[in-house]
Amino acid sequence: MPGKLKAKVVAGRHLPVMDRASDLTDAFVEVKFGTTTFKTDVCPKSLNPQWNSEWFKFEVDDEDLQDEPLQITVLDHDTYSANDAIGKVYIDIDPLLCSEAATVISGWFPIYDTIHGIRGEINVLVKVDLFNDLNRFRQSSCGVKFFCTTSIPRCFRAVLIHGFVEELVVNEDPEYQWIDRIRTPRASNEARQRLISLMSGELQRKIGLKVLEMGGNAVVGYLQCFDLEGESGLVVRAIGTACTLDKISSTYTAAIVQNLSNSSPSKDMKEAGFGEEAPGVPLSSGPPTPLRAQTFSSFSPSKSYSRQSSSSDTELSLTPKTGMGSGGSAGKEAGPLKALLRQQTQSALEQREFPFFTLTGFPPAFLLHVGGVVSARSVKLLDRIHNPALGNTRSYKLLDWNSFTADEPETRDAWWEELRQEIKSHAKALGCHAVVGYSESTSICEEVCILSASGTAAILSSRFVQDGALDTDHRFEDVAPPACGFCHIPYDELNMPFPAQLTYCHCCRRHKVPDVLFTTIDVPTEANVTGKGCLIQARLCRTKKKGQGEGNATAISNLLPFLEYELHTQLLNKLKLRGMNALFGLRVQISVGDTMLLGLASATGVYLTALPSPGGIQIAGKTPNDITYEQHISNMQKKINDTIAKNKELYEINPPKLFTLDPDAFRSINTEFVEEVIGSPIPEPRQRSRLFRSHSESSDEVLELDLSHGKKDAFVLEIDDTDAIEDIHSLLTDAPTPPGFYSCNTEIMPGIYNWTSGLQMFTSVRVFRLSNANLTNQGLNKIFNDLCENLLKSLYFKLRSMVPCCLCHVNFIVAVPEDELIQVAVTAVAMSFDKDQSQENGRQSGDKTLMKAITENEEQLQFPLELSAESPSNPLSCAKGLSEVSGPLPSARAPSVDHSSFTDRCSSWIEQLRLKAHTIRRGSIKTMSSLEKASPVPEGRSRSLRSNRSCPGSSITVVKMTPLSFIPGAKIIKYLGIINMFFIRETTSLREEGGVSGFLHSFIAEVFAMVRAHVAALGGNAVVSYSMKECVFMENPNKNQAQCLINVSGDAVIFIRESELEATPSQTQSGNVQTSSNGEGT
Amino acid sequence: MSVELDVFVGNTTIMDKEVYQLWLNGYTVNDAVKVRMEGGVMEECEASAEVLLSDTMDQFRTFQMCERLLQNPAKLANQLLFQIPPDRQAMLIERYYAFADAFVREVLGKKLSKGTKKDLDDVSAKTGITLKSCRRQFDNFKRVFKVVEELKGPLVENIRQHFLLPDQLARDYAAIVFFANNRFETGKKKLQYLTFQDFAFCAGQLINNWTVGAVDNMVEDMDVDLDKEFLQDLKDLKILIADKDLLDQHKSLVCVALRGKTKVFNEMETNFKNLSRGLVNIAAKLTNPKDVRDFFIDLVEKFIEPCKSDRWTATDVNLYLTHYTNSAHILDSFKYQTVWTRYMGVIKSCILRMYHE
Repeated sequence: MPGKLKAKVVAGRHLPVMDRASDLTDAFVEVKFGTTTFKTDVCPKSLNPQWNSEWFKFEVDDEDLQDEPLQITVLDHDTYSANDAIGKVYIDIDPLLCSEAATVISGWFPIYDTIHGIRGEINVLVKVDLFNDLNRFRQSSCGVKFFCTTSIPRCFRAVLIHGFVEELVVNEDPEYQWIDRIRTPRASNEARQRLISLMSGELQRKIGLKVLEMGGNAVVGYLQCFDLEGESGLVVRAIGTACTLDKISSTYTAAIVQNLSNSSPSKDMKEAGFGEEAPGVPLSSGPPTPLRAQTFSSFSPSKSYSRQSSSSDTELSLTPKTGMGSGGSAGKEAGPLKALLRQQTQSALEQREFPFFTLTGFPPAFLLHVGGVVSARSVKLLDRIHNPALGNTRSYKLLDWNSFTADEPETRDAWWEELRQEIKSHAKALGCHAVVGYSESTSICEEVCILSASGTAAILSSRFVQDGALDTDHRFEDVAPPACGFCHIPYDELNMPFPAQLTYCHCCRRHKVPDVLFTTIDVPTEANVTGKGCLIQARLCRTKKKGQGEGNATAISNLLPFLEYELHTQLLNKLKLRGMNALFGLRVQISVGDTMLLGLASATGVYLTALPSPGGIQIAGKTPNDITYEQHISNMQKKINDTIAKNKELYEINPPKLFTLDPDAFRSINTEFVEEVIGSPIPEPRQRSRLFRSHSESSDEVLELDLSHGKKDAFVLEIDDTDAIEDIHSLLTDAPTPPGFYSCNTEIMPGIYNWTSGLQMFTSVRVFRLSNANLTNQGLNKIFNDLCENLLKSLYFKLRSMVPCCLCHVNFIVAVPEDELIQVAVTAVAMSFDKDQSQENGRQSGDKTLMKAITENEEQLQFPLELSAESPSNPLSCAKGLSEVSGPLPSARAPSVDHSSFTDRCSSWIEQLRLKAHTIRRGSIKTMSSLEKASPVPEGRSRSLRSNRSCPGSSITVVKMTPLSFIPGAKIIKYLGIINMFFIRETTSLREEGGVSGFLHSFIAEVFAMVRAHVAALGGNAVVSYSMKECVFMENPNKNQAQCLINVSGDAVIFIRESELEATPSQTQSGNVQTSSNGEGT
Repeated sequence: MSVELDVFVGNTTIMDKEVYQLWLNGYTVNDAVKVRMEGGVMEECEASAEVLLSDTMDQFRTFQMCERLLQNPAKLANQLLFQIPPDRQAMLIERYYAFADAFVREVLGKKLSKGTKKDLDDVSAKTGITLKSCRRQFDNFKRVFKVVEELKGPLVENIRQHFLLPDQLARDYAAIVFFANNRFETGKKKLQYLTFQDFAFCAGQLINNWTVGAVDNMVEDMDVDLDKEFLQDLKDLKILIADKDLLDQHKSLVCVALRGKTKVFNEMETNFKNLSRGLVNIAAKLTNPKDVRDFFIDLVEKFIEPCKSDRWTATDVNLYLTHYTNSAHILDSFKYQTVWTRYMGVIKSCILRMYHE
């Protein structure tokens, strides 16, 4: 009996009128946990009842505490007939089970009814007394922290990152049970909500157990999904990354501050300057290099400076040494060291069944190299679920069997395991031993289910992976890679998994980099990015014949490779059209419907300074005799060139700095680079030019120019067929974002740092009905493309008051809910930024931020999100790097098109399709190798002092919601627990509720309201890493009915505005000041 | 091919003031889109008509969902469904309860009943305000009326607290409620020249001086009804015109005071008895509800019109009324000084306000 749950019902307000005669309600409340139910007294004739009940006490196992939600039902007492339910509140008490999360849940919760929506509010108090249970065979995993955030949460430090955890549970869907025929829709919906709540609780508990087994204490990047398989059941599955996290005490703050804000100018400069794999700042135990000292002294008093360095040290010495400290030798040269490191890490990772990480952002020096996107899909038939399993049993899984029909989880597990094996082998083919940014998804249409898994093949440092890999003696193993390190190819140059154009890295000049890089992760904080990024989407529709069973599955399997190939081609084209060379946050969704397949690939394009500049796109016709045709082509070519030029200007992918320095050089090259030199060659005022000037000397040495840019190495699109024309057309129809807007689907937008506190999270849903059933692929494509484009346009218009602003973490979910319907749901956050400050004051504010970070360090406060001055790029690197490279780089090769092979395999009973790791590359060799620039604008993030606090008069806490892991201008001081909510809403009076739009509008607003209420009740004021994972909408207008299911999740947090922090320096800090000043000695 | 469903929900509810106004004005979505297009928002933001339509529909839907809360503004502040910053909430409420002067002139003093509501289409046709907007304004009046009807304490304060309205708007509503309750006639042709603000001013005077609450604001029955006792006492003033001596005395006192101070002295002298009779008769008849209703008509007919025809200026009127009031205090045999002051104070300020030159 290790837990006592206590609940108290205080009051209600705004209750609906339940008694027409009196226009009042006689309300009472049932509080239920597990099988125990308590009731309050009836509060007669009131719409704002005060119950002030006693404390209801439930004595329960902690296992139940994790699985079960507290269920509160508000009813209207009726003397003569059955009591009418007003609505329910489900409270997940998991956050109370963690000592560091919330301690009490107290607040107003919306009373929710699946038919009527929110009907008033109820004030409830919930507490848990947990008794420690040291039984090692326990079934509960209380105390394991869960985070949706896909990076190390802001007030924690990763001690160890253990790796992949996954679990799935299966049950029958109550909606499809026989009893559903006789019960009311309300009862059915509630049964479903309750079941899913139970299953998520169970899933979380089981994952927690696995984490404890691995020795971790937290799950980061927790991703839970539902598969509503209809007749065959309900699957709830989750994946995550097990970690051992440490709460950051003030000692660590500075180090983290420095690490995370890769902005710290010194670091970049230093690394870049030596062009070798210089140890990162926090690793140098010796006195700081003069360079660094200079940089810091320019803006901060020496005292804080030294404190910072010392705390970096402290962090080091405190890194775990739990293991034996065996492991490799301490090589100090980059080459052999790297190999060693790799070996070591590899072995550590290979011990794992799946070296997967759901993280998309990483602690510094963790991500060493990135190979490319790996993905695998398979098509399964759901009605075969009861077939004997594939004989691929995992013994430990057997323990997870519960009362459910035994085969089911087994089958699902086997499916996913196959897919994961596939991913693992793809990663290996890319020379990588790990997969990061890993995610899994499904698309179900009746009996066909497409399972997808994707991630980014990578090589990781052993630093966080292995116990004992870090010994103080081996400190130098733990070399921080240079900022460009992750771009360097991990695979063997002579034995490449696919044809690619390799060049020397434009930053360090020592390692090879590919011409294009696709990844599913966020832009690493240390990455050097030129200009700004932008959202790039590839959209595709393919018709398919209606079919059934295996035939249908086969048809889909056959279509998939083409779909994916075209999506990648589109992505690549659009990337080039924007003059960029890398994609981050790539997410490919394939949705299956009865008569079509939808493909949507979203990613954020950026120009990585380390990668070669992309060539243009050249159109070639195959019938050169026709003059009008030629003209047509040249027109198109011109259009494309113009677009590229415009885009480069728009995203500030500026002509290389050389031009600004050396007018002669500029002039001489000018003619040859017409396409590349766009707009004003001297784009930024003083700031930039000053910076350049200081390095002009070295820059002048740069003579290695690859002048081969010309048509021959441009990416060639042949338009002898209609497909290509269509391609080009779709390329050019993407409307540019209106002025003042930027968009990306990653956490941070490269090139924008000075966020204000203006923040607007939103969800927008559109459903499009295709009236004409006999559409061609092209027709469908156009419709789908327009749908997405128009949706984006509408968003820009809606948010125009926030300009200048950036839509971050734009997440599209596409679905084919019915034959002729296409549904697109977008969740994103619009964040406004301060344009004026970006250039002139950028530097200054950046400095100030950093300085403040140091000051804050003295206070016992966690790492502020916003600090970080922008990385001033590494002008030195170019200088050094270029001087080292002799001779021109491999000259242009003919454009090559590669599409990795697809293997279709037939298993005994189902057609399966796997797609080989995709990193499609097409020609285009870099053309201006030496002209790459070093993202020179030192911008800084300004912390906004504008605060949108709630007005003191209002009784309601303002709760911010954002899909990002941070809140600009504020620091998260506490994580209160995971929010994972599932709601069903149904109506039988669709017209009366304003039609489908009215119905969904109020439902989404209600979901937001309930999330906010739960967060506020936990004592929080924001949800970070919020996502809407499911939005299933079904309608039957003829019957005046509609139903919608929504699943949302996120991390509840408390944040404090930095401006408030400044205003109220607290007293508790003195002790820490002491600590950190003690540290100075070391 | 059509967009079947199109929604946008922000964590902070996005509301465009301009669109809100269009909604309040009772425009249909299509008309609102037209107005917005003419307003040039499209060029400004590179939007298409489609985008504008989607945005307008979405916002109209939001407003519709909010309307329930706006009808009970106190709820808006502590509801959970929409996260709206407090300054926005204030704006929403203020605009929702704002009304058109043209509209309010039509219904001022009318019973806020279903019958009146049925006639709103006529009002709509006459004023050019959409029927939808008329209904909203009418329902607002009715709602405020119903709520404060049963409340104790000062009228304006009650309205302000219950509907979270700014001071001026609360005063206007107090006037509307007061007029509706006492059914003052305001629609006659002779009163057409008066604006709502004229009446609102007069209502304020009446509320502050002639109601029960004016004397003792702790009294149960509050500001909405005129003080019955006072109305009864007004009958005593009749002596001023009934007693021939008193009337002559009063006249001579006033004339002495006015002589040489105005160009229209002669007219004042000749009209004195008529005007005095008019004013005192109004006072004496106020116990009769029918005559209460005609209060403003009577003021116009019995006092303002005669003065106007003699071309008195507002200063003349002011001068006359000041001395008319003060002189009565000097009359030895006139014992109803308090009632006289309470009566004439209001009459004077009302007449001055209603006297448009």
